[in-house]
Amino acid sequence: MNADTQLDLWEVFIQSKSGQPHIHAGSIHGSDVKMAMQNARDTYTRRGEGTSLWVVPSSCINASNPDNNDMFFDPSNDKVYRHPTFYVMPEGAKNI
Amino acid sequence: MHNEHNDEAFLARINNGEHIEPRDYMPEAYRRHLIRQIAQHAHSEVVGMQPEGNWITRAPSLRAKQILLAKIQDEGGHGLYLYSAAETLGASRAELIDLLHQGKAKYSNIFNYPALNWADIGAIGWLVDGAAIVNQVSLQRTSYGPYSRAMVRICKEESFHQRQGYEIMTTMMRGTREQRHMAQDAMNRWWWPALMMFGPHDSDSPHSGDAVKWKIKRESNDTLRQKFIDKTIPQAELIGLTVPDKEIKLDEKTGHYHIGKIDWEEFYRVIGGHGPCNKKRLEHHVHYHNSGAWIREAAEAHKKKKNQKQLTTV
Amino acid sequence: MKSQEHLFTYCLRLADNALILGHRLSELCSKAPFIEEDLAQTNIALDMIGRSQALLNYAGQLEGKGQSADDLAYRRPEQEYYNHLLVEQPNGDFAYTLARQLYLSLFELHFYTELEKSKDSTLASIAAKTVKEIKYHLEHTSDWVIRLGDGTAESKRRMQKAIDDLWMYTGELFEMDDLEMALMSSGIAVDLIPIKSKWLNELKTVLQEATLQLPDDSYMQTGSRKGIHTEYMGHILSEMQYLQRAYPDATW
Repeated sequence: MNADTQLDLWEVFIQSKSGQPHIHAGSIHGSDVKMAMQNARDTYTRRGEGTSLWVVPSSCINASNPDNNDMFFDPSNDKVYRHPTFYVMPEGAKNI
Repeated sequence: MHNEHNDEAFLARINNGEHIEPRDYMPEAYRRHLIRQIAQHAHSEVVGMQPEGNWITRAPSLRAKQILLAKIQDEGGHGLYLYSAAETLGASRAELIDLLHQGKAKYSNIFNYPALNWADIGAIGWLVDGAAIVNQVSLQRTSYGPYSRAMVRICKEESFHQRQGYEIMTTMMRGTREQRHMAQDAMNRWWWPALMMFGPHDSDSPHSGDAVKWKIKRESNDTLRQKFIDKTIPQAELIGLTVPDKEIKLDEKTGHYHIGKIDWEEFYRVIGGHGPCNKKRLEHHVHYHNSGAWIREAAEAHKKKKNQKQLTTV
Repeated sequence: MKSQEHLFTYCLRLADNALILGHRLSELCSKAPFIEEDLAQTNIALDMIGRSQALLNYAGQLEGKGQSADDLAYRRPEQEYYNHLLVEQPNGDFAYTLARQLYLSLFELHFYTELEKSKDSTLASIAAKTVKEIKYHLEHTSDWVIRLGDGTAESKRRMQKAIDDLWMYTGELFEMDDLEMALMSSGIAVDLIPIKSKWLNELKTVLQEATLQLPDDSYMQTGSRKGIHTEYMGHILSEMQYLQRAYPDATW
């Protein structure tokens, strides 16, 4: 491919209001972080959808391999003691 | 859940109503089909900015101008969401644009028609976006995760587009004799092409098999087309527009409208490159891409210079 | 009353900059070097047109002849538009668009910051909203001027040419005639003299980072305070006013 590209790819995360987590919205192109930030704002928050934006170069995102989901995720499903329903509370116990 | 690398397991996931995500196993044909379809959809949004863009500088009120600009900006944004989805499948946006320029990728046929008077802007919003909405609502349930999420986002933004168009038609139909004439003229030119947006009749669509099997496509062309017809004809009648089809008839029992014969010869002629604007649309896209190359190159060069500076100052 | 007439004209000056520049920027639709930049330029266009609508609404009230914002936007003859010559210059290549915007946004940032203190409460509140928008326009524009000035040899050449060619329209931004002097002494209009040095210093900062040269002093073009425009204005208005003039009885 020739040197003329569509610039670099960034992933965009939006926080709709404080107290909420940043959620992945999609991707954007830009050659530097300032451009990526402005482009993300112009593309993903035209309707006032956010109070905070993160942009991350797509190459920096590491994803778990779904082939390994059974090795990676299933064992923790076995560890029932992490779930609150595993424990029996005495009757009348409050705020716990 | 497991991510078995075989087509049977993949199909089982599809039939189970699961979404396929970028790193999941998928048949190569599924991946290629989606890249082509999503890219075509993205290109359509971007090329669609041209016929509407033709009237921005002549928009007849400040409100109309702002609304039209916002709508076109949305379309560009939709193109961005869709390119973003296509890129999760391993195609770069630069490659996709290249394919468009070489004539190897398509965009929606409807944008090969010209926007000739202000009422065309109304017709495009009401009929073209109206048809797109029917298709897009259906695509919200498509099996590929990023495509489905892009469609949900697009559908949220789309309803003002159709209202904008219908408002223009309504205003003109309540206006002067010349305005009413322009509105009816636009209706006459955009109605049939809008119906063609849903593609050939089901009986003439031999390649939809995989798309349906893989739940990329959720409803048939004719089903979607009928939805559009049924909701749009009453809208036309309400404001006094005549649908340019002498065979329109409401079936009281089913509630569906029967329509006349679509001119498929026109459809294939325009898709084949002989529409009024095919050449202009593509040349415009190629021209501005090429004449903007120095800008993209400068951005890259500046980025490299800055990175160098950072390395040497550390 | 004379001062009301003055205020009306002052309002038109502000409105027309936004109206005409918004129009120029709307011409860029579907022509950007990549799609994100199309959205960015449209964003600025929308801010401008919205601003012109607010100002023309107010102007119509001040005039007191029942004219709406649209009447003023679409039906004045050319010599009754008072935008600066700078904003009617064509978009040219991207460098021209940026140079025009840089000169204007640097000016507007200071101008509207001062206008927030105007004794005219309508202008003051429009100014408050406008300042927020301008900060974004300016950041976007300066970033690009720097990328192009300090990018490739070609981008530097083009950016410098645009800076040089449009320089002769910058002097007019700081012209104050009797009308503005009078409004200034009643606390309504902005004093443009102190703005000029701030504008120049900030311009030098951006150009320096962009590795571009500040143009030499030259004769500054003028005339728009009296409604005398460049040859571009007639074409802009022909297009903009087309439907309103072709169908004068129609409502849109």
